[in-house]
Amino acid sequence: MDWSHSLRLIAPEETLSVVGLVLLLVAAWGGDKASRLISILAVAGLVAAGFLVAPALCHGAMGPDTSAFFGQFRADAFASFGKILIYLSAAVTLVVAPAFFERVGAMRAEFPVLVVFAALGSGMMVSAGDLMSLYIGLEMNSLASYVLAAFLRTDGRSAEAGLKYFVLGALASGILLFGMSLTYGFTGTTSFDGISAALAGGLSHGAVFGLVFILAGLAFKISAVPFHMWTPDVYEGAPTPVTTFFATSGKVAALGLTMRVVLGAFGNQAGAWQQIVVFIALASIVVGALGAIGQRNIKRLMAYSSINNVGFILVGLATGTQAGASAMLFYSAVYVAMTIAGFVAILSLRDDAGEPVEDIRSLAGLWKTRPGLALALMVVMFSLAGIPPLFGFWGKFLVFRAAVDANLMALAFIGFAASVIGAFYYLKVIKVMYFDEPADVVKGETDLWHRIILIAACVFISPLGFLLSRWLGGLTDTAAAALFFGS
Amino acid sequence: MGGFPILSLMLAVPLVAALACLFLEAKAARQVALAATLVDFALGVVLWANFDIGGAQWQFTERLEIFQGFSWALGIDGIALLLIELSVFLMPICIGASWNSIDKRVGEYMAAFLLVETLMIGVFAAQDLFLFYMFFEAGLIPMYLIIGIWGGADRIYASYKFFLYTLLGSVLMLVAMLWMVHTAGTTDIPTLMVYDFAPQAQTWLWLAFFASFAVKMPMWPVHTWLPAAHVQAPTAGSVILAGVLLKMGGYGFIRFSLPMFPEASALFAPLIWGLSMAAVVITSLIALVQHDMKKLIAYSSVAHMAIVTIGLFAFNVQGLEGSMMVMLSHGLVSGALFLCVGVIYDRLHTREIDRYGGLSINMPRYALFFLLFTMASIGLPGTSGFVGEFLSLGGIYQASTWTALVCTTGIILGAAYMLYLYRRVAFGEQKNADAAAMPDLDARELLMVVPLALAVLWMGIYPESFLAPMRADIAALDARLARAAPAGDSKPTAGKPASQHQAGPAHEEVAAPEGAH
Repeated sequence: MDWSHSLRLIAPEETLSVVGLVLLLVAAWGGDKASRLISILAVAGLVAAGFLVAPALCHGAMGPDTSAFFGQFRADAFASFGKILIYLSAAVTLVVAPAFFERVGAMRAEFPVLVVFAALGSGMMVSAGDLMSLYIGLEMNSLASYVLAAFLRTDGRSAEAGLKYFVLGALASGILLFGMSLTYGFTGTTSFDGISAALAGGLSHGAVFGLVFILAGLAFKISAVPFHMWTPDVYEGAPTPVTTFFATSGKVAALGLTMRVVLGAFGNQAGAWQQIVVFIALASIVVGALGAIGQRNIKRLMAYSSINNVGFILVGLATGTQAGASAMLFYSAVYVAMTIAGFVAILSLRDDAGEPVEDIRSLAGLWKTRPGLALALMVVMFSLAGIPPLFGFWGKFLVFRAAVDANLMALAFIGFAASVIGAFYYLKVIKVMYFDEPADVVKGETDLWHRIILIAACVFISPLGFLLSRWLGGLTDTAAAALFFGS
Repeated sequence: MGGFPILSLMLAVPLVAALACLFLEAKAARQVALAATLVDFALGVVLWANFDIGGAQWQFTERLEIFQGFSWALGIDGIALLLIELSVFLMPICIGASWNSIDKRVGEYMAAFLLVETLMIGVFAAQDLFLFYMFFEAGLIPMYLIIGIWGGADRIYASYKFFLYTLLGSVLMLVAMLWMVHTAGTTDIPTLMVYDFAPQAQTWLWLAFFASFAVKMPMWPVHTWLPAAHVQAPTAGSVILAGVLLKMGGYGFIRFSLPMFPEASALFAPLIWGLSMAAVVITSLIALVQHDMKKLIAYSSVAHMAIVTIGLFAFNVQGLEGSMMVMLSHGLVSGALFLCVGVIYDRLHTREIDRYGGLSINMPRYALFFLLFTMASIGLPGTSGFVGEFLSLGGIYQASTWTALVCTTGIILGAAYMLYLYRRVAFGEQKNADAAAMPDLDARELLMVVPLALAVLWMGIYPESFLAPMRADIAALDARLARAAPAGDSKPTAGKPASQHQAGPAHEEVAAPEGAH
């Protein structure tokens, strides 16, 4: 093991750490006046980190060469794919956030710094090769996230969201730690490779408990049923840019981590976790769909939609195959684009006084007052519902194709049938926007950068996205191959 | 045509026009939409003129490997050709029908219609299983918007019902498609059409496809979305729904269920017969008591579609040809009938049959065309309706006499409800002053109904034009089905024609037992 090699591999993390720390100093001396500058620099840092990780994905880096610090950390193609999504989401959050916070007079210099640290933690999660680095990355991300959720200090809902997120997140971390300690106790190692080797002969009872607790902790982080209860409250209460960040970067990181643990460390014990994952997946799909039907707040609706979509992504995990992992990554990429588009559109919903509009009924007749915005939201809703020819369909298609290829016919059948329930509430939003008489609540203009991001994301999830499907599919296949390297 | 991608062009023209319409104001949007549909119709004529009857099974093929997991593969055989022709023929008429009656959000309306046209042509031209699915399913989006935005009073309920019903059917089909591709290792439809799936698996696959096509068709008892959607849709929406979208179900059966799962089709043929018999009798009786003109025609559509399904599942050439002819004829005739309803709806804004009466006095030209289409719907010889129904019923007679017996009552009931409708609307006294004051067809309306009337007569008098392109394809399908034909209750024995009568064309042989019946 050669230290310089390891340090080279973690160059993106080093960059982000330095950027985060320097910006923290700038924030301390420059105060809130400097927040614009800090945001710009933070975005630049994230973009630079993105360019640092890209080569590993393009060259399909995998195997021992990508392992740093005695297997604690992996900088392979899989990690790169996850990190690019994470850095991208963080950068988008930073671009859309200032306009939002400045409108309510709450833009603070710490915001970009916290987002950078959260992105750093998220990046470590998808690179984890050991239970230790897993936990460090997770907590780094979580602690920054708790603060971000409560960032609107004067807003009761935001404070409530932060507190709820913290209490339940701490509980989940405790469960996860307990599972990790059991796993360590029964396998004698914390490294994923070591656990995999130790379990090759079979799973002891203690290790089963460890597995179940770890899965429960991770299910909390990806907001899968039955550990989803915090999601609607936090998504609704947190400031909208922060919600965007949670729903994209946080989700990708937690999913990547789950894949590392389940397919890597416990990969040869598929029989032990497959039923659990199948249950979680189907329960998330159904609960996410049913829970969304009665919602009146569009952010809560998006929260249930994220639960629902995580269920679909987990269908890919349930297969336990490389194709399934590739499909999960593909779906995640599309989901990130859909979520960004959705939340940026929600950010543009403001009434006369510039107050954010979140009530779905206020969207009535949006086609008349804001035709472009209504069209964008319609594209997002149909895409989330998985109606072809929008790109959201292809994500669902790939995970279910993996499920059928792995002979999980019943899962595919029930999952697809349940997606029809989900279609109902997406249709409701479209119905309100297009069929109802105008309520004339939403006024005002979309900010320039919001508009650019919204258009870019909508073009990606429109049928034009299919032109990228080969390229994106190639990348996800490489990334999944890196995850399965050597197994 | 060499390597010219005419099918892609036909898909692109309405798509580009649809995007343009989104940004145009009302008048320009109408003109662009009409121009685009006429261009597509002209391309359709070119397509037919260049279609080599008796040539390769798949013509105008294109293939581009630009997507992950599926390819942009297009190509048509005779069956697809005719359905594409039907679509491009009806589209300009639909745009004409909405010329004045749609006055709000015209650009979006035209865009939705042009999108529907693209997707319909795509469904019939797709040669890749998943490409087909995308076109098939994407049609839901514009139709949902058309019904929901421009529909009548109960439009929201109707739009939901339409969307969720058809979506549920389709996702089950998608699971089956995934399994087929997993097993056969290809997404190419022509390859899959000759691939032999294990009979046990066929049963499940057939049921999954059936779930989708039966809803789209629609077959009794999953037809209930159709009257709701029809009544609430604007006139042109009804025309396109009845004229082309319903054909997707029949096309699905003829392209997928029958050739890909012949054994399972044979196994389930009695089920189809049973459902079709129920549909013919029940929906015809329901049609008889309707007070709403559009509902009446909607129910008659269900009955006609049942004639299509029995023809398809007769497992012989007559039945298959007949069902194709019924589909084409129904596309023209029911479209024309909805148009006729639209004409008087535009004047009086009601579809209540009792509000009209004696229209033949003040609207003689209208009454003439309405009579022609009524007769075609009944299946009077000389009109398009006769050819298809006769062939279908003749086909099923060879497979199941009982089914033929029950389904033939549909002709009688059809005559009953259509003539009853016609009598109440066109004949009798002029009870209502406002109805009596309605002006006759104007030039725009004549331009829409005259081509339809000519097509109906052409198909009725010289059906060979329409039978010729698909003859080879039907024969190939019949050969594929031969190994699995179900045991029906019919035991026809050949007659003993006197020696001076040489064996005539196939149709006449069928006619003999049918006539004696």
